Amino acid sequence: MAFEIIVCAKQVPDTNEIKIDPVKKTLIREGVPSILNHDDANALEEALKLKDQYDDVHVTVITMGPPQAKDMLIECLAMGADEGVLLSDRALGGSDTWATSNAIAAAIERRGKYDLIFAGRQAIDGDTAQVGPQIAEKLGIPQVTYVTEFKIADDRKHITVKRAMEDGYELIDIQAPCMLTAIKELNTPRYMSIQGIFDAFKKDIPTWGAKELGVDVNREVGLEASPTNVFKSFTPVPKGQGVRLEGDSEKELAEKLIVNLKSKHVI
Amino acid sequence: MAIQVIKEKCVGCKLCLKACPFDAIDMEGKLAVINEKCTACNQCIAVCKFDAIVKTAEEVTEKIDLAAYKDVWVYAEQRDGKLMGVALELIGEGRRLAREISDSTKVYAVLVGDGIGHLAQECFEFGADGAILIEDGLLKNYTTDGHTKALYDVIKAKKPDVVLFGATHIGRDLAPRVAARLSTGLTADCTRLDIRLSSYIDYAKKNTTLDVTGLDPNSDDRGLKQTRPAFGGNLMATIICPRTRPQMATVRPGVMSKRERVPGATGETVVVKPQIADSDIRTKIIDIVKSVKEIVSLTDADIICSGGRGLGDPSGFDLIREFAKKVGGVVGSSRAAVDAGWIDHSHQVGQTGTTVKPKIYFACGISGAIQHLAGMQTSEIIVAINTDASAPIFEVADYGIVGDLYKVIPQIINEWDNAEALFEASVKKGIA
Repeated sequence: MAFEIIVCAKQVPDTNEIKIDPVKKTLIREGVPSILNHDDANALEEALKLKDQYDDVHVTVITMGPPQAKDMLIECLAMGADEGVLLSDRALGGSDTWATSNAIAAAIERRGKYDLIFAGRQAIDGDTAQVGPQIAEKLGIPQVTYVTEFKIADDRKHITVKRAMEDGYELIDIQAPCMLTAIKELNTPRYMSIQGIFDAFKKDIPTWGAKELGVDVNREVGLEASPTNVFKSFTPVPKGQGVRLEGDSEKELAEKLIVNLKSKHVI
Repeated sequence: MAIQVIKEKCVGCKLCLKACPFDAIDMEGKLAVINEKCTACNQCIAVCKFDAIVKTAEEVTEKIDLAAYKDVWVYAEQRDGKLMGVALELIGEGRRLAREISDSTKVYAVLVGDGIGHLAQECFEFGADGAILIEDGLLKNYTTDGHTKALYDVIKAKKPDVVLFGATHIGRDLAPRVAARLSTGLTADCTRLDIRLSSYIDYAKKNTTLDVTGLDPNSDDRGLKQTRPAFGGNLMATIICPRTRPQMATVRPGVMSKRERVPGATGETVVVKPQIADSDIRTKIIDIVKSVKEIVSLTDADIICSGGRGLGDPSGFDLIREFAKKVGGVVGSSRAAVDAGWIDHSHQVGQTGTTVKPKIYFACGISGAIQHLAGMQTSEIIVAINTDASAPIFEVADYGIVGDLYKVIPQIINEWDNAEALFEASVKKGIA
């Protein structure tokens, strides 16, 4: 039986390209490219490295999003994934991290046997870092987040990972099946290959909705079922004229600067 | 979901009775009635020839009794028996929130570990009304499984209204797991919390473009309003958790304020014996290594110290390097300095170099050509140090210092480690 790896990925707007409408103070989303979330590319790369190493590794990328998220799945296939599954349904719209993890966990279970799940640590649009651990919780499997190094024994059961901490790292033993969330230090994602792109377009990418997933649209997925709701959203106050610091000595200037930086919580 | 019989359509044929695997249908005269054994398996719907049985969507999930949940809890994260700074910040913030809920609402520090009883005192001194102490040899070092179970069990038993975590590598590993197990909401990486709408309105007026007309400052709403950045900080969102409890959030370290320490302050210690077994923990820590942060690239740097032509000569970058080392930053440069051959192109910030967005950008001796500004003007905070008061860099700077960088920077380096003390002194001066 093949060694089944699931990669959870998300199509996100490139937040570096987002600008604020100076008059309406709203996000300008037109013309902002949609990309494969960075950490998710690292998650996929680690799965593909295992596929390079062993013949019987099968990599499936699962994503949830609007129909155009299929483009991102094609990119993943072109990088070398074997299979892509798109979860897309109006009934899934408005899901928060709890509801999203219900849908993805249901998809993983529906698909069948899995040995390893890789996800990106967080997506650059929401920055929550919650969906990976919540999928693991729903599936009842252990997890390690912030993974920077991955090693698997030849039995393909015993795994050792390095987990980044703010002040160093931890070395952790864990057994498959498990959820590992990747950060950029883990690897450098490969590019799509020409042959890969060619093959990717020939592959069928199924779309599953709430019905296929067998999830309860009133209790498990979607806006209504989500425990959290957006109360208000707004843009931060635009940058005003800065402050010219005055002082009698360089020391005084330095102190004023440090106090100001501290009060802004940036140091 | 629930199964319902439409009285008008039911003819009392009993087909559903036979089909039901759970003995969940009774007859009342000529009417089928669903009893409490029903699992909503849909078998009866399938066999009914009269379309008399339907599945109805209930009003969202079962209503939970929100009033049964009280107090604000803070996961007081500790490593090696030392409290993390964010734990003390959250105790301060938690106390403020608790008092906004009601005078009788308390803030508790939840301590999970082994041999950490002494930390309760520190929590009291920083404002905790009480401490919940959960100790076991198996909880000594953080593991996802161990700490999730310990925390889940105690939350389930004691029903707090709010639970806060620091948005650290541990908090962001633990909180989602606990929230998912509790089937409640969790908001990530918050930078502002409010209970009363009146406080939220005050905050919004001062710091945001939000239109607050329509928000009633006298509302009796005591739910947690959790504000956080999204889309790379381009958008702020305030999240609520209206139907489930507890309301949970992770909070960015360094944002909330600690309370002034009150030596000798006391509080109530609640000792909870965790039910935890070796087999509950499915990961094994082989090693914990503490190390200094590696130097990251310009794109990922939180702090960038950039030098320009104003340095005068290539040796000026020695000072910039020393500066960067002190503040934990990365060295950047203007194109002028690269063109002059003072530093490698890989350090160049700007349109033809790297686009950066650090928390702090120090522009030292950089005049601020358009091409440079294009690469760094979305930095969170820009500090400009330049002798020329009319340099364009001051137009985009949040803090400008007109002066000789060779005199100013060494002073910043000297004073950097005193930031906390300088800040506290300035706060006190402000109050006096």
